[in-house]
Amino acid sequence: MLSCKDATRMMSEAQDRPLTVGERVNLELHLAMCKGCRNFKQQMSFLREACRRYLNRDGKPD
Amino acid sequence: MSDGGAMRDQDEQLFDADWLEGVRRDMVRFARLQLRDETLAEDVVQEALAAAFDKAREFAGRSAMKTWIFAILKNKIVDQIRVQTRTTNVSALSAAEETMDQTFESLFKENAHWSPAGRPSDWGDPAEALRQQRFWDVFDACLKHLPENTARVFMMREFLEFETPEVCEQLSITTSNCNVILHRARNGLRRCLEKNWFALGEQPC
Repeated sequence: MLSCKDATRMMSEAQDRPLTVGERVNLELHLAMCKGCRNFKQQMSFLREACRRYLNRDGKPD
Repeated sequence: MSDGGAMRDQDEQLFDADWLEGVRRDMVRFARLQLRDETLAEDVVQEALAAAFDKAREFAGRSAMKTWIFAILKNKIVDQIRVQTRTTNVSALSAAEETMDQTFESLFKENAHWSPAGRPSDWGDPAEALRQQRFWDVFDACLKHLPENTARVFMMREFLEFETPEVCEQLSITTSNCNVILHRARNGLRRCLEKNWFALGEQPC
């Protein structure tokens, strides 16, 4: 059973390379049971989105 | 509209002082974050703008122009990072990086599962934050707060949009080291945003 700590490493690497089938199965099983890691995953996607939007932010320049 | 008219409009757009100043300010902020050196940042921005003026007529509109100016800027930043990292060991741990790793460890119980206080929280609809200027100020502050080498690897990956193997190659670090550094950066940023934005309930009305 994957620990939360290892799950965070896997979710970070998922931003950089496709996970193997084995890794995905392990991670999905873990996520199904772990709200904290589901939140972590959402936060990783958000960071990626924020970085992409960094140069074309909608807010007014200061 | 005739070609001549379109070209004149582009020139007017390009030389609009307010627009240009806004773009320049974005460029300097971006370059400073990556290079962490005021003078170098100003230099690469000047070089990128000079190159952009030469080709100004080839662009249809400000948006394409801005994208292109930043593409030039990114190349110049990468060149500069290569020079800087020739004399730096990117994988060496600074005290700040060790502290980040200790903080990360403190989020977990003995069995490597989240402790109640360490568990990541639900950010609701975080996309809403991207529409707020104050969020971007917090985001900038959190990026600046990352230790230099950690920030450099993260920004090469996420802002200069290199694939991870390219980042490792450019900075002469191993893939596993790269993964460790990116994980450290992402966790640090996420914690910083959680503490300084999402936990404060700074949601729009």
